[in-house]
Amino acid sequence: MSIATKKNTAPDPSLKIVQDATCTFCGCVCDDIDLSVKDDHIVEAKRACVLGKSWFFNHHTDTRPNCLISGQPATIADGVERAAQILAGAKYPIIYGLSDTTCEAQRVAVGIGDWIGGNVDTTTSVCHGPSGMAFQGVGEVTCSLGEIANRGDLIIFWGSNPAESHPRHFTKYSLMPKGMFLPNGRKDRTCVLVDVRKTKSAKAADIFLQIKPRKDFEALWVLRALAQGLELDAASIEDETGVPLSAWQDLMDRMKRAKFGVILFGMGLTMTRGKHLNSEAVLALVRDMNAYTRFVAKPMRGHGNVTGADNVVSWQTGYPFGVNLSRGYPRFNPGEYTTADTLARGEADAAMIIASDPMANFSQAARTRLAAIPYIALDPKETPTTRAATVAFTTATYGINTPGTVYRMDDVPIPLRPAFDSPHPSDFEVLSQLERRVKQLKAAVRIG
Amino acid sequence: MTSSLFKIAGGTVYDPTNGVDGQVRDLWIADGRIVAAPTDPTVRPERTLDASGMVVMPGGIDMHCHIAGPKVNVARKMRPEEKRVAEKVMRTATTHSGTMGSVPSTFATGYKYAGMGYTTAFDAAIPPLAARHVHEEFDDTPCIDKGFYVLVGNNHYIMRAIQEQEPERLKAFLGWLLSAAKGYAPKIVNPGGVEVWKQHQGGNVHSLDSVVEHFDVTPRQIIRGIALAAEELKLPHRMHIHANNLGLPGNWTTTLETMKALEGHGGHLTHIQFHSYGGGDGDEDTFNSKARELAEYVNSHPNITIDVGQVMFGKTTSMTGDGPLGYYLSNVYKSKWFSSDTEMEAGCGIAPIEYKNKSLIHSLQWAIGLEWYLMVEDPWRVVMSTDHPNGGSFMAYPQIVRLLMDRTWRNDVLKTVNPLVLERSSLGDLDREYTLNEICIITRAGPAKILGLKHKGHLGVGADADITIYTPHDNKEVMFELPRYVIKAGQMIVELGEIRDPVRGKTLHVSPDYDHGVEADIADWFEKYYSIRFRNYPVTEDYMHEHETIACEE
Repeated sequence: MSIATKKNTAPDPSLKIVQDATCTFCGCVCDDIDLSVKDDHIVEAKRACVLGKSWFFNHHTDTRPNCLISGQPATIADGVERAAQILAGAKYPIIYGLSDTTCEAQRVAVGIGDWIGGNVDTTTSVCHGPSGMAFQGVGEVTCSLGEIANRGDLIIFWGSNPAESHPRHFTKYSLMPKGMFLPNGRKDRTCVLVDVRKTKSAKAADIFLQIKPRKDFEALWVLRALAQGLELDAASIEDETGVPLSAWQDLMDRMKRAKFGVILFGMGLTMTRGKHLNSEAVLALVRDMNAYTRFVAKPMRGHGNVTGADNVVSWQTGYPFGVNLSRGYPRFNPGEYTTADTLARGEADAAMIIASDPMANFSQAARTRLAAIPYIALDPKETPTTRAATVAFTTATYGINTPGTVYRMDDVPIPLRPAFDSPHPSDFEVLSQLERRVKQLKAAVRIG
Repeated sequence: MTSSLFKIAGGTVYDPTNGVDGQVRDLWIADGRIVAAPTDPTVRPERTLDASGMVVMPGGIDMHCHIAGPKVNVARKMRPEEKRVAEKVMRTATTHSGTMGSVPSTFATGYKYAGMGYTTAFDAAIPPLAARHVHEEFDDTPCIDKGFYVLVGNNHYIMRAIQEQEPERLKAFLGWLLSAAKGYAPKIVNPGGVEVWKQHQGGNVHSLDSVVEHFDVTPRQIIRGIALAAEELKLPHRMHIHANNLGLPGNWTTTLETMKALEGHGGHLTHIQFHSYGGGDGDEDTFNSKARELAEYVNSHPNITIDVGQVMFGKTTSMTGDGPLGYYLSNVYKSKWFSSDTEMEAGCGIAPIEYKNKSLIHSLQWAIGLEWYLMVEDPWRVVMSTDHPNGGSFMAYPQIVRLLMDRTWRNDVLKTVNPLVLERSSLGDLDREYTLNEICIITRAGPAKILGLKHKGHLGVGADADITIYTPHDNKEVMFELPRYVIKAGQMIVELGEIRDPVRGKTLHVSPDYDHGVEADIADWFEKYYSIRFRNYPVTEDYMHEHETIACEE
């Protein structure tokens, strides 16, 4: 991977400039950040948002050992050996996380899952997994983010709060850009926010519709009905959704008048009552709208490379997440093979957690199980998950220390331009060693 | 790679490029290539494979399939329902597991192509913005060499260069784009039509002279402009064309106009079966075959080559860079539908479909494909394809071989399809049967020549030692579906369908000479309209794994 470094003509010769570096903090994956690097610190991150700046500035190399076995410092080789023994010896090993590392590392991790006959699952199962399932039901009409910038004249955010979660989405993709067919930028667009509470994103919207909590599905079906021209009972619609029918009718009129409408939906939709049915309702509505005009939908993906994880798991196994390989071939069943479930039911007997912190955010039952089984953790930082791991590897941070590929929320693959070296190995390096060893152990079992 | 000598002894060799038609020959291999037999009779090979009684051919080449990249991967995600009932690809000590169905996972794709004796395949429709994705998937697609075609028929920069009558800028841009994507050839999909689809509900162009709004260009101008640029760049495969109006009754006139629009320049019309329909106005009762009329034009115009896009009965997935076509198909089938528009470049449509032998339309599509194989006189200009998975899986190739080589069986199958086919096509009147030599041409020697791959598709000295060895059988489907041995770059990779050595295979791409002065203008355009930075767009050399640059020369 090339590292674009240009000697700056600025007075400080010790400054290294990395042009067009990529921020992996959120699914926007902004690739236009100019980093100024002094030794092993990033001192400036031009164009980065508040989240991006904190990502770049607060990254300092961890002084922890590369590897800890049961909390004691160990060599990487010893860590790999112990990890391989755990994974190869388990009956129901699971691999989880993956959304904050490179595709190169993800590919090796899924390979390990195959060799050990385990489970492979990503953080998708706890964020946009329902959207993935809805997608399998109805499909999706979508586009790359540049299409929204160049054509999108009606932008609807539903259950997402980009002002806080994806700060540059407005300026870079969805609201502010002067596009090919929208020469006046923001003035040529209408922005609608639908949410259960008035978030900071409401300030950016022309219209805010506050719906009742857990009524997204009903609201979306009101729009589907209005698209078809069906007559609805105003009183019950308002009672059910919390928004007057006239406001829904106004929104539908705007949707039909738009030349290129967009619905960007977030976890406010996918992780509330209805889950995949909510996502399915959005996708179906947008599909319906293409009988009247051009309309697209897009989930607002969170983690820097969760979209890459979906892609890698799909191309290697045929399924996007929640994949089980214990019978020697891939099977898919969300709810059965998803990590929160295999842990909470006490099925998994060993685990490898990559770039994720389930010990901080899973259910009590899942955490109790994870704490009770041997597991391996790879993370640049110390987390509740690394602290309780049998084998913990401290790894280099993707995009800051390591090159590789990440996929933006619209599936566009983008290269990383690291700023400085880390004393720690990359996820890819650790996983590659582990894959070699696991394969050996499994082959020995076969021969034996 | 070993430099040791490997001899394949006494096989019945088919090597049409070198005029060998079923003669018993020895083949000598060193360093992954075919070498001359040693002149010193005391030289012994380190290994010898006795191929006596067996049929030896170059490895198969699929020049038009959809096996990697964003569209294929979306289709994998979208179709879990077909995988649980499909064949299971089990993990072994050295090979990965995978899933089948109409859109196999990456490892499974490599293993299955190799298991069937194919050693090279080209994905036919990649938006260059997603080139990196394809290269990543290729690296997980073992056993075969692979490359891809770059979607250019609705590219904004190209349409603007045509509008502004700047052929030199178009040429430089095309050279830059192919190099940046590390792609193999320019691909035109529904030229102009995809851009109209992005602009309007149900939008499309309907003839070669429809005007594309905003850019003020026509499909005819796009075809001509790119054909000229490809010729001047000396691309090994000039231009791969998916014409306008795919699948629509009466589209054969558009196809004929597309051939004429080439004005003698080289061009390959792909999945031509889907473009050979008579009838009109969406009236099913008028739907009929125009293969004969179009084949006559192809027969008299040597600048044109085609692949068929054979339809096979059963369930599959339609996937295309033709956005409006995806919309059309999803409405016909009332199925789930995926559509994605890529900024500045391309579209995409995906929908599950099924071809039924009771349906007149589907039966005619099947028959028209076969008519094409049987009506093009020169086998060097017609290539076997199913447009995998659009007409059917690549796994159907052995069955197509049997349909072409065995007239009796063909006529038996013809009796099982909708009987009106006999009136609406001339398949029942065609009694041509392909020879083994001709099969060898339309599945390897021909596509290699059309692709400009001088070291593939033949067994002469210097050729890649990609070799498939079959056990002869009266039933040609049986013979071709399970080769006895498959050798890739001199390595034995398959024995009777079992993967022995899952070599990675390499990526084939071009790097044409172009005027680098154009890059400043492209960079400006990029910063204005693209959502990623110019600097982050090209796939750099160090990104590539095993790969080979195919020269651009006459």
